[in-house]
Amino acid sequence: MADRFFRRRELTIEEQQIRSANPRKEWGAVLKPYFLLVPTFCFLIIFTYYPLARLVWLSFRKYNLLSQDQFIGLQNYRQLFFINKDFGPSVKNTFVYTAASVTLLIVLAVLFGLWMQGERKINSLAKRVIFFPHIVAGVSISMIFAWLMNSRNGLFNQLLMAWGLSPLEWLDSSDTALGSIVGINVWKGVGYDTLIVLAALGGISSEINEAAALDNTPSHRRLFCITLPMISPQIFFLLVTITISSFKVFDLVRLLTNGGPGSSTYVMVLYIYRYAFEWNRQIGYACAAGVVLLLILLVLTVIYFKLVERKVHYQ
Amino acid sequence: MENQSKTPVSADMIKRYTRIRKARLAVDFVLKLGMIFVFLFPFYWMIASAFKTTYELNQYPPTMWPHRFTLDGFRSVFSYFNLWPYIRNTIVISLSVLVLQMMTMIPAAYAFAKMKFRGKALLFTLVLVAQMVPTQLTFIPIYIMFSKAKMIKTLWPQILPFGASAYGVFLLRQSFMQVSDELIESAQLDNASLWQIMYRVMLPMAKATLVTVLLLCFINHWNGYFWPLVMCNTEDVKPISLVIARLKQVEEGVDWAAVMAGNLILTLPTAAMFLLFSKKIIRSLAYKGMK
Repeated sequence: MADRFFRRRELTIEEQQIRSANPRKEWGAVLKPYFLLVPTFCFLIIFTYYPLARLVWLSFRKYNLLSQDQFIGLQNYRQLFFINKDFGPSVKNTFVYTAASVTLLIVLAVLFGLWMQGERKINSLAKRVIFFPHIVAGVSISMIFAWLMNSRNGLFNQLLMAWGLSPLEWLDSSDTALGSIVGINVWKGVGYDTLIVLAALGGISSEINEAAALDNTPSHRRLFCITLPMISPQIFFLLVTITISSFKVFDLVRLLTNGGPGSSTYVMVLYIYRYAFEWNRQIGYACAAGVVLLLILLVLTVIYFKLVERKVHYQ
Repeated sequence: MENQSKTPVSADMIKRYTRIRKARLAVDFVLKLGMIFVFLFPFYWMIASAFKTTYELNQYPPTMWPHRFTLDGFRSVFSYFNLWPYIRNTIVISLSVLVLQMMTMIPAAYAFAKMKFRGKALLFTLVLVAQMVPTQLTFIPIYIMFSKAKMIKTLWPQILPFGASAYGVFLLRQSFMQVSDELIESAQLDNASLWQIMYRVMLPMAKATLVTVLLLCFINHWNGYFWPLVMCNTEDVKPISLVIARLKQVEEGVDWAAVMAGNLILTLPTAAMFLLFSKKIIRSLAYKGMK
């Protein structure tokens, strides 16, 4: 790409003459691509880049949308980390939720992907069915599971009792609430991740597998030494996207437990939302929490990309 | 894998081999049916519950299919809320977003796919980065922006922030790149303007991608919960998903038949689209991970 630009600079004399003879047309041609990008970048700047900068800026201010608006330095961060005791649990819950979701989703997606390879009717049906929850509204998924997991007369507990087991509290107990939400999230998301794994598996050239088969490579070695390294770019892609989307968890939590019982499912985005919109509009403070989330995401993304440079096998 | 060893294979061995293979395939089939059951059953339970009476819902042991069919659930949904204005809001929002996105992403995708210009790589990276910025971080400043502009009681806060779709630009660029340069050059020789090239030459070639992008955009807005929750202060701008979510707000004595009926209504359009376009949706989403 770079040398193409240099080439544009080193014009021949002939070209320079043409350009100076007819400057307007040339400028129009040069600027045309930028004109085409203006609409997109207008929206991106107003609704993505500028708000991000504003978020950081607001985190140093005391601001409530009405009268208060003053610079207070790092006060919001001091309150976040040292004074208010409720931020720590929300960060911890978010990390636990993310770690559990990422592990389960990736392991299951790889297993399902390996399992559902091949052109069979049942495979394509299974693929579609497990993908379906991904495009159903989070609202509906939450409500269906709230009903199934209802601790008084939900189906799950009725089944447990019918089998002679003791019923669980599911979403109503601080021991099981976060786990239940992770389970629902995995159920909803695993179909999409499986598709990505399947697409990756389909991309492995058949020659490699045939060569391994001719060499009589044992199947577990074929899995760990050929298949998994070959699909590592896609696994890495999943790692990044699942992590980011797990850190953003809000809908399921807000709809199922609203942070409770106690603070057992209190997650970071819910924290930001509550301080900004439900409790006195402490906007500057909520923005400080947002900046912490932003930094966590940035650091994780950078770590992942550093790791990928070394570990991931690109063909 | 075919067994290609040269030692003679007895008919008996072949028979045994095929029998084992068949048995394994059968077990595999049954397990997959089990998995399909796990992923479909919650939806089945939603449908069954939506048509049950309150008495039957609380009965033990539970009935797998309503003994007495009733539409009470649906009736109570509509008695709590008149859904139509909310559905209309959702449709207005998603259609406006679709139109805006078409206007922004087609030229951008064309520029990125078919033109050479300085800073192209950097600008494209900026688009990809924008895709990674979560709305859960930007919602506060955007809310402030709209509230200062006195637009918070309109539908605009649910439309304008989605005016540009980085994902759409990315996908459309891919399919524009497939169009051969000769086609564009011959159009240029025919004195076609840039707009004519984009809309007459490029778009028809990328129709499938465009349809998928727009389809996914519609599904996203139909399902959206976080953004409307944050941006809606008044009742008359709320989309359908927000109202369905409210059906369960009373902690004790939730009318589960009504909740399930409401969610059945919310799920039907996406389910219908999925049945019609599942191949398209699946292909384009799987492609997203294949960069």
